[in-house]
Amino acid sequence: MSSGSTDFEALLREALSPIDPPEGLTARMEMTLVNLTELAQDELEAWELATMRDPRNWARPAAAVFIGAGAGTALVVLRVRSRHRARRQQSSNLRELARRTFQDFAEEARRVLPDR
Amino acid sequence: MALDAPDSKAELDARFTELYRRHVRDVYTYSYYRIGNHHDAEDITEQTFLQAYRHFERALRESDGRPLRPWLIRIAHNLAANFYRDRSRKPESAIEDAGLISAPHTTEALVEGREELKSILEGVAQLPDDRRNALIMRFALGMDNREIARALDRTDGATKVLLHRAIRQLEEMVSEPSTTPGDDT
Repeated sequence: MSSGSTDFEALLREALSPIDPPEGLTARMEMTLVNLTELAQDELEAWELATMRDPRNWARPAAAVFIGAGAGTALVVLRVRSRHRARRQQSSNLRELARRTFQDFAEEARRVLPDR
Repeated sequence: MALDAPDSKAELDARFTELYRRHVRDVYTYSYYRIGNHHDAEDITEQTFLQAYRHFERALRESDGRPLRPWLIRIAHNLAANFYRDRSRKPESAIEDAGLISAPHTTEALVEGREELKSILEGVAQLPDDRRNALIMRFALGMDNREIARALDRTDGATKVLLHRAIRQLEEMVSEPSTTPGDDT
């Protein structure tokens, strides 16, 4: 390669310097991820109360948990983990904790799955 | 067992966080040079990581240990292509926006007052898409031929030729500013 080309490539490298993202971008990213999972919170809680009384609807969250083991699970787990400590304080025993955690999984999986 | 999942997924989340921290600048830089303004570059960056997050587990599985940067840049690449298609826009000159942004972005400060660098950036913006994208990957992100080939879904050989032609065309454009872009294919 000629030194002319090398010089030009050096100029090109200088012109196309990497650009630091704005400081607010990371905060915005985290907010977006949280918002994504918070969006349907109210609707879900209403849905859960109405639906879980009817055993015919129990398959839906169970299926969501099963399917949620796929690609969207990271979001689900992130949210469930963030709430796990609070659940532990609320639960009187291990069975209660397991039930609450399972419910969290069902909710979060269902929240993430519709747009897949 | 669903209840066992968090333990293994905790590592998945940690790896995604690491991927984000390591490559957010790459994705932002690529988006900025593709789109030409900071606002939309932020949007593309954000969308890139959201998509990456949703498909991260599969990407890890299919990457077979190879670096995930080309996969990430390919997501940004496709989103940028959709951005133009949806809005029927053409890329803005990367330098066009520079005067409006004051401090934190080093490129504007660097290029300011350097006519040769300005003309290079203007030339890059006028290159055919595939050549421009390859140059951004090589010179802004420091990707090697293999990484670029994976990001652009080409062979290593085709990528090498693409880069060579892109540099040659840009060099001609910069030395003869009146040259019509994209006419040497």
